[in-house]
Amino acid sequence: MIKTENLIKSFGEKEVLKGITTEFHQGKTNLIIGRSGAGKTVLLKLLVGLLEPTGGTVYYGDTDFFSLSRKQKRAIRMDVGMLFQGSALFDSMTVEENVRFPLDMFTTMTQKEKEKRVNYCLERVNLQVPEVNNKFPSETSGGMQKRVGIARAIVLEPRYLFCDEPNSGLDPKTSIVIDDLIRSITQENNITTVINTHDMNSVMGIGDNIILLYQGEIAWRGNKEEVLESKNDHLQNFIFASPFLQKLRDEALR
Amino acid sequence: MFLKNFLNHFGRYVIMMGNALSRPERVSMYYKETMRQMNDIGIGSLVIVCLIAIFIGAVTAVQFAYQLDGTLVPIYYIGYVVRDMTIIELAPTITCLVLAGKVGSNIAAEIGGMRQKEHIDAMEIMGVNTAAYLIMPKVVAALIVIPMLVALAAFVGIVGGYLAAVPTGIMSGAEYIKGLRSFFDSNNVTMMFVKASVFAYILTTVSAYQGYHVKGGSIELGQASTNAVVFSDILILLADYMIAVLLTG
Repeated sequence: MIKTENLIKSFGEKEVLKGITTEFHQGKTNLIIGRSGAGKTVLLKLLVGLLEPTGGTVYYGDTDFFSLSRKQKRAIRMDVGMLFQGSALFDSMTVEENVRFPLDMFTTMTQKEKEKRVNYCLERVNLQVPEVNNKFPSETSGGMQKRVGIARAIVLEPRYLFCDEPNSGLDPKTSIVIDDLIRSITQENNITTVINTHDMNSVMGIGDNIILLYQGEIAWRGNKEEVLESKNDHLQNFIFASPFLQKLRDEALR
Repeated sequence: MFLKNFLNHFGRYVIMMGNALSRPERVSMYYKETMRQMNDIGIGSLVIVCLIAIFIGAVTAVQFAYQLDGTLVPIYYIGYVVRDMTIIELAPTITCLVLAGKVGSNIAAEIGGMRQKEHIDAMEIMGVNTAAYLIMPKVVAALIVIPMLVALAAFVGIVGGYLAAVPTGIMSGAEYIKGLRSFFDSNNVTMMFVKASVFAYILTTVSAYQGYHVKGGSIELGQASTNAVVFSDILILLADYMIAVLLTG
């Protein structure tokens, strides 16, 4: 489980996060949703330690992350996997080398063991082994890059998985495939997954635990079942932004 | 304002280098990366370095011959001047100024591109010391390869002087060789290697700093690349003067 306690982040005069206190549960897909500029990415960057908070802190289990030394933080990061919005695959490396990179850097596994683990992870994200192994990221589609990103994120068997807008730039069908993949990996490995998204399919499909950010504060919290019936204006304005979706909601509630 | 800005950059540079020179997570990965960088910096710069060196030697020989014309200074001095000019100044300084443009801008663009595409964030989250992994192999590779390139440039420069002076009839081969063998001071070679090492360190770390701290988009990346070359060049020239004062005083 990951917990934040009164998390505040300011950039100069501008306070982007205004005291976020919440929990992200183990074995669940925890979603951070909100409009652009609501503070989702800043919150995610604080959770993984890419930014230092102005106030408050983040707990990994019972460990106060920001009280740790650089070396201790690195030890926690060995338990963290992250899928980036643009996948962040290393261009000069093949798919196999990308997924193998954390193993090369942090494990003493033999080449054979690494190969086995890499192939397992690639197959787990439904990529064709060995056809995909020697391709460079530029030779693969956006959906494949996301899957390679997930494979790299899970190769060290993390306890925490973070996904920044995993569906951005993907068609609706591929988005659902990626969502299902993230959810099944979360449940299979009983890990804590935090997803930053504004994709409605994700909210309604895999939102086990959702927080809605509005102007740097939590405006609503709940799960996918509670979304439809919530009377929260911020949530309704965000989720059912278009007349078409409003109509669908009204029909569903009728 | 200028002082505050300078201290801010200097502080960040010192912190970055402190992280960059810490113990590697896995030596084999750093070794592999260092070998790749040695190839990129060394083999990748051979042609341009040789081309520039040969002309530096040739121009020095021709211009010195022009200045000696009608004087009582012996003609074999051309060989002596070409040798000392290339070894002490032209080979290390001109080579490194050129490498600041070629290698430095490349380092800034490579690291800056990785910053913008979140590759550095991805490595940080994995637990990699990115400053060390991305910068240390480049510094080590440059410290090994650039002095070699400079030594090669000095040799090629002397050959360039020979080619410009002997076949054109300015002087005989024997006179040129006599000049090369006159008044030799091995401290000059030491000075060449000191300069080459200091300049190599400057051009890699300054360029890496510019790339590592880049923010924004493609315009800022271009700016970082330009800054890498400009600041490296200025610092190389400053260091050149300081080394000259220290080692000839």
